[in-house]
Amino acid sequence: MKLKGWKEVTPGAVCTEAGSALKFKTGSWRASRPKFIEENCIQCLFCWIYCPDMAVKVKDGKVTGFDYDYCKGCGICALECPGKKGNKAIVMEEEGK
Amino acid sequence: MARVVAVTGNEAVAEALRQVNPDVSSAYPITPATDIMQRFTSFVSNGKVKTEMILVESEHSAMSGCIGASAAGGRVMTATSSQGLALMWEELFIASGTRLPIVMALVNRALSAPLNIHGDHSDGMGARDCGWIQLWSENAQESYDNTIQAFRIAEHMDLRLPAMVCLDGFIISHSIERIEYMEDDKVKNFVGEFKNLNPLLDLEHPVSYGPLILPDYYMEYRRAHAEVMSKVVGVVLDVAKDFEKISGRKYGLFETYRLDDAEVALVILNSAAGTSKDVIDAFREKGIKAGLLKPRLYRPFPYEEIGNALKHLKAICVLDRADAFGGSYGPLFMDIASSLYTCKEKPVLINKIYGLGGRDYMPEHAELVLNELAEVAKTGKVKTFKEYIGVRE
Repeated sequence: MKLKGWKEVTPGAVCTEAGSALKFKTGSWRASRPKFIEENCIQCLFCWIYCPDMAVKVKDGKVTGFDYDYCKGCGICALECPGKKGNKAIVMEEEGK
Repeated sequence: MARVVAVTGNEAVAEALRQVNPDVSSAYPITPATDIMQRFTSFVSNGKVKTEMILVESEHSAMSGCIGASAAGGRVMTATSSQGLALMWEELFIASGTRLPIVMALVNRALSAPLNIHGDHSDGMGARDCGWIQLWSENAQESYDNTIQAFRIAEHMDLRLPAMVCLDGFIISHSIERIEYMEDDKVKNFVGEFKNLNPLLDLEHPVSYGPLILPDYYMEYRRAHAEVMSKVVGVVLDVAKDFEKISGRKYGLFETYRLDDAEVALVILNSAAGTSKDVIDAFREKGIKAGLLKPRLYRPFPYEEIGNALKHLKAICVLDRADAFGGSYGPLFMDIASSLYTCKEKPVLINKIYGLGGRDYMPEHAELVLNELAEVAKTGKVKTFKEYIGVRE
């Protein structure tokens, strides 16, 4: 994305475009990434509710994975995941491993 | 017809605010500004204005309330002094950085410690670089006139900047003077309907205020703010022209008094300028070509215009009612020195610190300084570049 010059920015840094956070891909902040283990998922959607961004992808009411363009790797999803019989459906792995 | 009244400076500012009838005010009492909001809240209680009055628990909250209301899309004002302004510190920058046209009366008072409630300029000077517009006022009439003009200036679509109207605590805020009030409808027409820019309450056009701006954009916003500051001078002059049409009173970026053919001059802010003018008249009668310059628009400082008005002089004394500790000279001195920096031939400049914590500025102080200036102009020799006057050894 081409960065704007000072003559183009809005007065007072007001964001006038709804949903413009979509343009800011925060995935590069991530130091560890959530890994989805589908066989342990009970589809409770806790990860989807707790995600502070919108990085948990859901299709037809079911978790399908993560949007790594926005996931900052905070690990809240993995912490909240109840898993199945004590086995987590989300685990955090060090990025770049 | 204009009404001629005998009122205090605070009363005059409160009357201006009644006539402007802002949408929201959020305020907290502090001497000597208390009186403004006390009178204004009476107007609210008595139905004289339609303002939504928010009484808060501190000045930090007062300015926060103003910021919220202004971002929501209202015409907003408040008033404070000294420690109150100090407590607003972080909000002052948020108001200006967010480009919210809040108008605030600042009744100048000394800062603690030691605790003092009387007039000096250390509060306003401490906030001089926070991105607000500052208009300084010599007397009750100027305080009233500046308050009305401040709304037009701050809300101008090319600016959208908060503005402070400064007047001297007690000396002006609590002293009764003869002033002229304009008719309500004239003031109402002059300030006009409040125009919005990206209001939060416009649900058809949702906006977000206060985003995190990282190193990739912060400088662009600061550069844009600097650009807007450079447009203030033009707006202040245009608004003054319109104001003159309805009031008959002329305003500029600064006032000059017998300055054109002067050889020596005083540069001084606010109420002490009045005393100085009397003494200048006396010196003129003695054949000494003395004059005066009193800044009105102090931020942004009109460096070029003031430099041009002063460069022909032989010697100037800048009188500061605040010291800039560790900055060598008082704050006004540093601005005057900067305004003359680019001139090839410069007047000799000296600096006096006077009137701190409400210490009286007497005609003999102006006499002392003008005598010294006459000597400097004659000999070109300066004994002391900066000193306190009216202080016991």
